[in-house]
Amino acid sequence: MSSAPGGANLLYPDMKKAHILAIAVIAVAIGIIMSAAGDASVYVSFKEARERAAEGNLTKVHVVGRLPRDVQQNIMGLEYNPTLDPNYFAFTLVDTNRIAQRVVYFNPKPQDFDKSEQVVITGAMRNDLFVADKILLKCPSKYVEKDIKDATASVN
Amino acid sequence: MLNTLIGDVGHLGVIVAFVAAIVAAYSYYKASQGRVLGDTDAAWLRLGRGAFALHGLAVFVVIAALFGIIHGHRYEYYYAWSHSSNHLPVYYMISCFWEGQEGSFLLWIFWHVLIGFVLMRYSRRWEAPVMVVFAGVQLFLTSMILGVVLGGLKIGSSPFILLRDFMPDLPVFKLNPDFVPKDGTGLNALLQNYWMVIHPPTLFLGFALTLVPFAYAIAGLWKGEFTKWVRPAMRWTLWGGLVLGVGIMMGAYWAYETLNFGGYWNWDPVENAVYIPWLVLVASLHGLVLWQRSRTALRTSFVLVIATFLLVLYATFLTRSGVLGNASVHSFTDLGLSGQLIIYLMAFVVLAIALLVWRWKQIPVSEKELTTYNAELWVFVGATVLCLGAFQVLWTTSIPVYKAFMGFIGITTNVALPADQIQHYTKAQLWMGVGVAFFSGLAQVMWWQKNNKESLTSSLTVPGILTLLGAALVILLVQYYGLKMEATYIVLLTAALFGVLANLGMVFTLMKRKVSLSGGGVAHIGIALMLLGILASAGYSNIISQNVSGLLYSREFDETTNRDNVLLWRNDKAPMGKYDVSYTGQYLDVPGVPGYVDKQLLFRTADEYKALARADIKRGDKLYYKAGDTVEILPENTYYRVEYKDRKTGEAFTLYPRAQINEEMGDGLLASPDIKQFLSHDIYSHVSAVPPPDKEKDWSEVKEHVLSVGDTIFLNDYLAVFRGVEPAHQTAGLGLTKGDLAIQGDFLVMGEKKQYHVHPVFVVRNRLIGRVPDEVEDLGLRLSFLNVDPEKGKFTFGVSTTQKDYIILKAVEKPFINLLWSGTLLMAVGFGMAIYKRRRETEAFVDPADGEKVLNVTPQPKARQVA
Repeated sequence: MSSAPGGANLLYPDMKKAHILAIAVIAVAIGIIMSAAGDASVYVSFKEARERAAEGNLTKVHVVGRLPRDVQQNIMGLEYNPTLDPNYFAFTLVDTNRIAQRVVYFNPKPQDFDKSEQVVITGAMRNDLFVADKILLKCPSKYVEKDIKDATASVN
Repeated sequence: MLNTLIGDVGHLGVIVAFVAAIVAAYSYYKASQGRVLGDTDAAWLRLGRGAFALHGLAVFVVIAALFGIIHGHRYEYYYAWSHSSNHLPVYYMISCFWEGQEGSFLLWIFWHVLIGFVLMRYSRRWEAPVMVVFAGVQLFLTSMILGVVLGGLKIGSSPFILLRDFMPDLPVFKLNPDFVPKDGTGLNALLQNYWMVIHPPTLFLGFALTLVPFAYAIAGLWKGEFTKWVRPAMRWTLWGGLVLGVGIMMGAYWAYETLNFGGYWNWDPVENAVYIPWLVLVASLHGLVLWQRSRTALRTSFVLVIATFLLVLYATFLTRSGVLGNASVHSFTDLGLSGQLIIYLMAFVVLAIALLVWRWKQIPVSEKELTTYNAELWVFVGATVLCLGAFQVLWTTSIPVYKAFMGFIGITTNVALPADQIQHYTKAQLWMGVGVAFFSGLAQVMWWQKNNKESLTSSLTVPGILTLLGAALVILLVQYYGLKMEATYIVLLTAALFGVLANLGMVFTLMKRKVSLSGGGVAHIGIALMLLGILASAGYSNIISQNVSGLLYSREFDETTNRDNVLLWRNDKAPMGKYDVSYTGQYLDVPGVPGYVDKQLLFRTADEYKALARADIKRGDKLYYKAGDTVEILPENTYYRVEYKDRKTGEAFTLYPRAQINEEMGDGLLASPDIKQFLSHDIYSHVSAVPPPDKEKDWSEVKEHVLSVGDTIFLNDYLAVFRGVEPAHQTAGLGLTKGDLAIQGDFLVMGEKKQYHVHPVFVVRNRLIGRVPDEVEDLGLRLSFLNVDPEKGKFTFGVSTTQKDYIILKAVEKPFINLLWSGTLLMAVGFGMAIYKRRRETEAFVDPADGEKVLNVTPQPKARQVA
């Protein structure tokens, strides 16, 4: 064993560089896993999101929900008035447990919002509002099966 | 006309390709089984070659058939109907080809065939065992597009399925089974971009290239030839690193140019899925280099080369199985191939790991001890850093997989991807960047010299001092411009500068010796420049479209939130950063006419691809269309003309961010940015919203005005002069015939910026009165000619107004993003030089034993293997 210079080797003469490296790699890998566990978000209901906020836990969560519609299939409770403030969009989302919650989004209204069936939002409760910083829309025809109307429309 | 022949030919081709791949794999296996490398059974080898050639031929037929279907607009086929349309130019038809999963599999298969042919021709004694792996992969890939149902089990998804078989419940097929739609539903608008024509083939070529080193490694393990595979694998790995790296960056550039999330990289699982294998590939490349030079890290090389290909398979599984679900915006549609994909992935994982375990003890390890003064140690550390970086992305990107797996074994979890992915990935990837830049500089300096304390200190002094000076200068400049610099950014800046300077110094030295040696150095400079470009453009990207109007709508929160979008009324200006920005109208792309054409010049007809010119369309002196001409237009995209004017210097430029309303995406707005490139920064802007387009415009009640010639009135707050009445010109689609009487009012309206001539038309035909109103979109104004009173010389006009047009715009300044693109080019050049050098190397050192030759081994007192 050559007496390679290097602090660690002097302290632990038996320790080979490969071992030091291996330990460092394992330590970093564990750090990565822990950080992923720490940063990973969760899908919750609005009830849980409120409870978290009440406990002072302001980490962002995912909520999956649907938009309430009236008999004419119009979405109820959309609020977007770009001429007043282009960065304010508010809507009501009903989660899978049928709990409705007012949501604000400080960005322009996503234009395909009206057609979406399912909405996933990320963000956190603040006071009585859920402040969303990301909206993921699941549109019925997005990339998936295209509208059959197109085919029938061209009959004749 | 329903044409089932071309589809049947294609489908038959797939089946032949599949069967031929099985025969080729088996024959090559028999040709090589139980024999040492280079010894083959001639009969089996002939059969294997023939079968693979047939496989390749069948694949070509399949591709020709599918392209024929798309090119011929044969919408009786689901693939053409759902991915193409009549108005698609030929070069985008190529994109249609791989928009769907089946076509992209086909593209991948195609590259494997070509590379397989090259290997059959040139890999000599490696041919049989390598081709076993190749044919094995091909049989799995062709099975994905087989589209055969065996006893209720669907194997693969055929691109040749007829629309009527895909959607048999469509009522029209009950009436007429031979119904063929007249048009397809078209290619996703975001994919109608030139980068999307070349990016997927590049990426799949990169994927395909990773198979070659993998096949060599597997062949080496199988045949017990643990060292000789390195040289050929090395060259292919270099090619793979080049093509995959460039392919990834093409995708990044496409995202920058086409998508509106504001950047080139979004940590979307689909992007990550390609990034991970590339990092590991580059690490494996360094492992192979270490073996070639110092006879160390062979086991590492085996593991990394194999891991690279397995990660490519994992990427395939992630993006195509539907497991990502909500987590990704642009993964493929789930075709129900998950089971098949898992079998494919697991087959190769199990096979490769079993082979490795079986041979592990036999793989030679080096006796050398690496000391701190060995460049090899630091290359190894650098490769380790790359692997750790890859591991971080892999671990997090796989969260949806854990969730799916837990669900599969009956445990429900509510785990989701990090809410702030950019922050999550950046905090680790930034340190990987630091490590890569630093170790690449250090190892590069040490690589070409004998190292001890003195020599190392002396050769690191100059780049070290320059780095510190440079970093200090940049930090001062950043502060001078009033920006903050976090400690982590300072570390990355310093490391990246060191990476550039240390490698640059080495490249200069090597240039004197032999230019082709400096490929590694050049590539490292490229990477370090990319890191600097990312640091500047992402770390200091500056949203200039802050809402400064003071009009805030938010009633719930006092604290300021980011308000990154600004409303621009048509023809009004708003301040943004150092610019005054104004939105001046909607434009369309007219093929053949440079730039874009104002929508107000185009009278739209029933055919949305045709319009009539309302006035001459000119560029300079050149007349492209005369008034009244029919103009071919591209109606999908609207280009919003946005003028930027520097308040101080008065310099101005115009951007045309575009958007299209896409029915398939739920009437969504597909907005793409337009980018003004300066040397030091980009101005990137896109529309975030436009007035709802699907509704008819909300016109006010018509207000009647009775006017005499020469009267002035206010119309929607604009001063207007009624200048007179004249015979109507043969304009825009009136279709006047003899005996018709047509007159038009002539108004001059003073807008903010210019004057508008408005000509409402009054027609009398067969005693019936017709009115053609005229509209000024700019002013939100519509005039119609209601009546004539010849006795009094009075004319009645109806005026209605609407809300003025507006856009909501987001504009971002991205400093020094050009460093990223130029770094990419440099990296590609470096790879190219390394490939060139190794081409020469083979010529120089080729010997019967596959040309093993160690270059420039520094003698070591005592050595040991590092991994």
